[in-house]
Amino acid sequence: MNDMTNKWIGQRTIRPDGADKVTGRAQYSADYAMPGMIWGKILRSPHAHARIRSIDTSKAEALPGVKAVVTAKDIVDFPVDKSVMLGIQDMRWMCRNVMAREKALFHGHPVAAVAAINEEVAAEACSLIEVDYEVLPHVIEIEDAIRPDAPILHEWNRFEGKPSNITGTMVLRAGDIEKGFAEADIVVERTFRTRPVHQGYIEPHACTVSCAPDGHVTIWSSSQGQFMVRAMTSLLTGIPQSNIRAIPAEIGGGFGGKTIIYLEPVAVMLSKKSGRPVKMVMTREEVQRATGPAPGILATVKMGAKKDGTIVAAEGTFYLQAGALPGAPLRGPVGCSFAAYAIPNVLSVGYEVCSNRSKVAAYRAPGSPQGAFAAECVLDELAEKLGMDPLELRIKNSAKPGDKAIYGPTFGQVTFRETIEAIRNHPHYTAPLERNPRPGVKRGRGVASGFWYNAGGESSVQVNITEDGNVVVTTGHPDVGGSRASIANVVAELLGIEHSRVNVIIGDTMTIGYSNLTGGSRVTFASAMVATASTERVIGQLRERAARIWGIDPEAVKWEDGMALPAGDNAGRFPPLSLAELAARANEMGGPIGTQVQLNTTGADPGFATHCVDVEVDVELGIIRVIRYTAAQDVGRALHPGYVEGQIQGGVVQGIGWALSEEYLYDSKGRVDNPSFLDYRMPVCSDVPMIEPVMLEIPNPKHPQGVRGVGEAPIVPPLAAIANAVHDALGKRFYALPMSPPRVIERLEEAAE
Amino acid sequence: MSKMHVTTTINGEPVEFLCDPAASMLEVLRGPLGLTGTKEGCGTGDCGACSITLDGRLVCACLMLAVEAEGREIGTIEGMAEGDHLHPLQRKFLEMAALQCGICTPGVLMSARALLEKNPDPTEEEVRFGLAGNLCRCTGYDKIVRAVLETAAEMRGAAR
Amino acid sequence: MHRKRPGGLWRAANGPRGEWTSSMTNIRYLAPQTLEEAVAAFAAAAGAARILAGGTDLLVQMRAGVAKPGTIIDIKKIPEMTAIEDLGGGAFRIGAAVPAAALAEHPTFGKAWPGVLEAISLIGSKQVQGRASPGGNLCNASPAGDSVPAMVAAGAVVTIQGPAGRREMPVEKVPAGPGRTNLAPGEIVVSFTLPARPKGSGDAYLRMIPRTEMDIAVVGCGVNLTMEGGVVTAARVGLGAVAPTVLLVEEAARALIGTRLEEEALEAAAAACRAACRPINDKRGTIAYRIRVAGVLLKRAAAIAARRAGGN
Repeated sequence: MNDMTNKWIGQRTIRPDGADKVTGRAQYSADYAMPGMIWGKILRSPHAHARIRSIDTSKAEALPGVKAVVTAKDIVDFPVDKSVMLGIQDMRWMCRNVMAREKALFHGHPVAAVAAINEEVAAEACSLIEVDYEVLPHVIEIEDAIRPDAPILHEWNRFEGKPSNITGTMVLRAGDIEKGFAEADIVVERTFRTRPVHQGYIEPHACTVSCAPDGHVTIWSSSQGQFMVRAMTSLLTGIPQSNIRAIPAEIGGGFGGKTIIYLEPVAVMLSKKSGRPVKMVMTREEVQRATGPAPGILATVKMGAKKDGTIVAAEGTFYLQAGALPGAPLRGPVGCSFAAYAIPNVLSVGYEVCSNRSKVAAYRAPGSPQGAFAAECVLDELAEKLGMDPLELRIKNSAKPGDKAIYGPTFGQVTFRETIEAIRNHPHYTAPLERNPRPGVKRGRGVASGFWYNAGGESSVQVNITEDGNVVVTTGHPDVGGSRASIANVVAELLGIEHSRVNVIIGDTMTIGYSNLTGGSRVTFASAMVATASTERVIGQLRERAARIWGIDPEAVKWEDGMALPAGDNAGRFPPLSLAELAARANEMGGPIGTQVQLNTTGADPGFATHCVDVEVDVELGIIRVIRYTAAQDVGRALHPGYVEGQIQGGVVQGIGWALSEEYLYDSKGRVDNPSFLDYRMPVCSDVPMIEPVMLEIPNPKHPQGVRGVGEAPIVPPLAAIANAVHDALGKRFYALPMSPPRVIERLEEAAE
Repeated sequence: MSKMHVTTTINGEPVEFLCDPAASMLEVLRGPLGLTGTKEGCGTGDCGACSITLDGRLVCACLMLAVEAEGREIGTIEGMAEGDHLHPLQRKFLEMAALQCGICTPGVLMSARALLEKNPDPTEEEVRFGLAGNLCRCTGYDKIVRAVLETAAEMRGAAR
Repeated sequence: MHRKRPGGLWRAANGPRGEWTSSMTNIRYLAPQTLEEAVAAFAAAAGAARILAGGTDLLVQMRAGVAKPGTIIDIKKIPEMTAIEDLGGGAFRIGAAVPAAALAEHPTFGKAWPGVLEAISLIGSKQVQGRASPGGNLCNASPAGDSVPAMVAAGAVVTIQGPAGRREMPVEKVPAGPGRTNLAPGEIVVSFTLPARPKGSGDAYLRMIPRTEMDIAVVGCGVNLTMEGGVVTAARVGLGAVAPTVLLVEEAARALIGTRLEEEALEAAAAACRAACRPINDKRGTIAYRIRVAGVLLKRAAAIAARRAGGN
């Protein structure tokens, strides 16, 4: 691990892309235009569930101004009997998600697409496409979809020998839960329900693509991975990867929802067929209807503890929505709900359930917040029944280094306990709280914790020294939240130069080596690791150049504060050589100075978080407001504290929306009833207080800069923390989210338990 | 199909364009005028990403017909800095990491500037309600509010 | 079941073909300088025209394909429609196209009618406030329009101009149902006249929304009181989002008049509001919830109106 001198690392520097972002210069997905460009539009199913018998596009093709029409015939088919994986995505489902094949599986499912000289003509052409649908009964909610008489989405799917909408399961176990529960003095078992929620990125999906006559394709779009864009487009269109250049635009939010693509393959085929560049931009309505939300869950959690607070058994049954096509993040609730605790007997079972709603997509710690809602509320109830402080209960049962995690590996460092203690010792936890401040208003306080795996994965970085002695760093990962700032800090620190001399850009698939997705709390972790390795190699090169100039051994050269110096008096007396001087002499001394490092980074250890929240409830109207929030998390090392704090604060507020106001509403025809930001209610500025992040910097020994991934853990605890605080205020527990005002009033009016 | 001819002022400069009568100001800014700093997040006035000023008043460009710009003064994010001099709000946002993905930032800056022009000494609550029309999904608003409050203090200090 | 039909972009089961189509480019835009021109053009279009004030409803509806006007008549160049006149004694005439922000900036309006001002100021965000107008809010005829319950409570009278000339109408008579008004073909709302304020008058508007801003009212309640010596001598109550149109709840007003707003009087008025509700279940609220909230808001709004009345 390098010496942390804190000149740039840990400083709140100005991000390299900052000026462009605050002046409107930065180019996002929909900001791009190509000469000769035409517009693509998608025709979407008006039915929640229907067999597609035929599609007649002839009238659309005949409309003046229409240049191409695409249907499922133009997208590569992946037969349902053979799984083809790209990362965690199965192309059988991706190809059907991008364009319906045998069936329209949700209202809004793409059925065809048109490219025309402008959006109006494209839209009119869509309306001229005649689709022969055989409308089928639809099903939306988990409980309805698992009934024996439920409409079945995928006839080929069997569960326990029968046609079913359950398309996958996952089981993790430890010990013997029957024995465990027999030992318990107190057992709490509850069933929880949450609704699907959308990632809510403000930037709708968009792309501009150009398919040249020689078959070379350029895709300009924002995503959480340009390599994923290239690979997925290649698989879905049949065009070889080497012919596709995916250039990452600035991205206006992703949170996991942009780790897959919806438009690019369709746009590419429209461009190929029309011979023109094609631009496609989703409306907000399309985003809400037809892009993956996070799943709702139906979860039953049972936990048993001894009188002294030792948790002896935990059982979780988690039904998670997959949406129209298989692929729900079962590893979220199944693996994470109990992971932070050392419980000897565990049975954690997940079922993914298909129903006629849009296919789910990743959302910040996918599946874990839903599972944590259940487990952390049960823990709270357990603490209450045991007469124990809920934080003490967690500390007592915290996993320790060397424990075997429920999901397989053995824990190395475990910093969970420290997050709990950080809350316990924080002034917030012990601040006086007037529970009945005035008539009609109640207040309460709650805590909860959370766990997320984090990820490492492949990353590539180039570090090149410019002829004038400055630095260009090219990274392979889109920057969702200021990772360029952190990378600049690391490189400037290691080279010992002014931060402003380091430029960080994001390469495209033809200019930088393979890099895995931006997601999984990994981009700063992985790119800082390869940036470190890359910069250290460059420093090696610089020392070699100085050595050659001085005629001494490179071992005798050290690099300090941006300069090569003789390592000691024995090395000889030479005046220092600065980066600028060495750069100026680069070509005569052996060529350009720079290198690329590609690694499959490992050592990403989990994220642990513990949160404390105060709520205020207007009991006449049922309105809950968060009035104070403290979030403690081990971040390893905050390379740029401002952006690490920002990850925590942003994740918390998403969790607040999830807990209090966000949900998908459906009408009787299976259509999303609230596909706009008016009625899909995300927190606005006046809805939330300041969010206080407590960053614990316990260096991750597996990372050269001590970094631990931070992006996802913050969204895991809020659901339960807020529910627990509401219980403290009202004396009633909520087992369903969101805790919207009508639901709060209903619960308050129920007879006391 | 007959387009209308519009003569207007954008960021202090005279501009002319042709547009459909039903085109929104947002479409025209982003399309023919190439001013893509104003963003479309929803197109229905619910997110504030398209905030501009119309004769100095904060409005959503998606809720205004482009033809209404005739003879009026339009202000967009591209006009907020003066040459290479960032507006204090722009500078503070960078200093205080009050943006992450940055897509909401142009709209937030336009709103914050309008807020401070009307109320140079806002409370935290006034800032929060003043910015309620601008959705941000990345930051949780904390650093945005702090940056606006600190800029207000700095601007008041400079004015003395 | 087989169904073969042309596909629209978003096809509701009974939706018309081609919502967002080339009809866009056949729209005419007019910006008349006089009311006479506006009325003539509106009447001539025979139902195929829409009035444009702030556009905060119209543009959204056009984009959704719900509104497909052949002609858009922009009335903001007509002086009478954008004027705010202080008529003295608390009386005001407000042009129908005045943006909410202009009313908020007016030096004396908010002092006389804080309830009407706060109602108008709750329509949407600051950005929407820069454009949204009381005329648009009224004529859009959403049951939940924020300004209307307060205008009703204030006893506002609208001035209407049409092909047959000018007339007046109490504001509560204008909405006919969701999206429909009682205006005759070709008629345009020109202005709102708020009556003079007797001493000891105060008004207030409250709404229930799940967030703190940006939502459509689940319930909206406007209360206007005149008090003398602590006793209510006049009252009007407007209730929104609980029926197809905004309600003037006379029963609730009667329950308050002659009282000192004791708990029993407030409860009686609240009960009258609850009884007057004919709400629906929709994505913004349930019937049971709306009924309950109507009573709660009445009490709270009455208390605020009384405080303001006491201060006058």
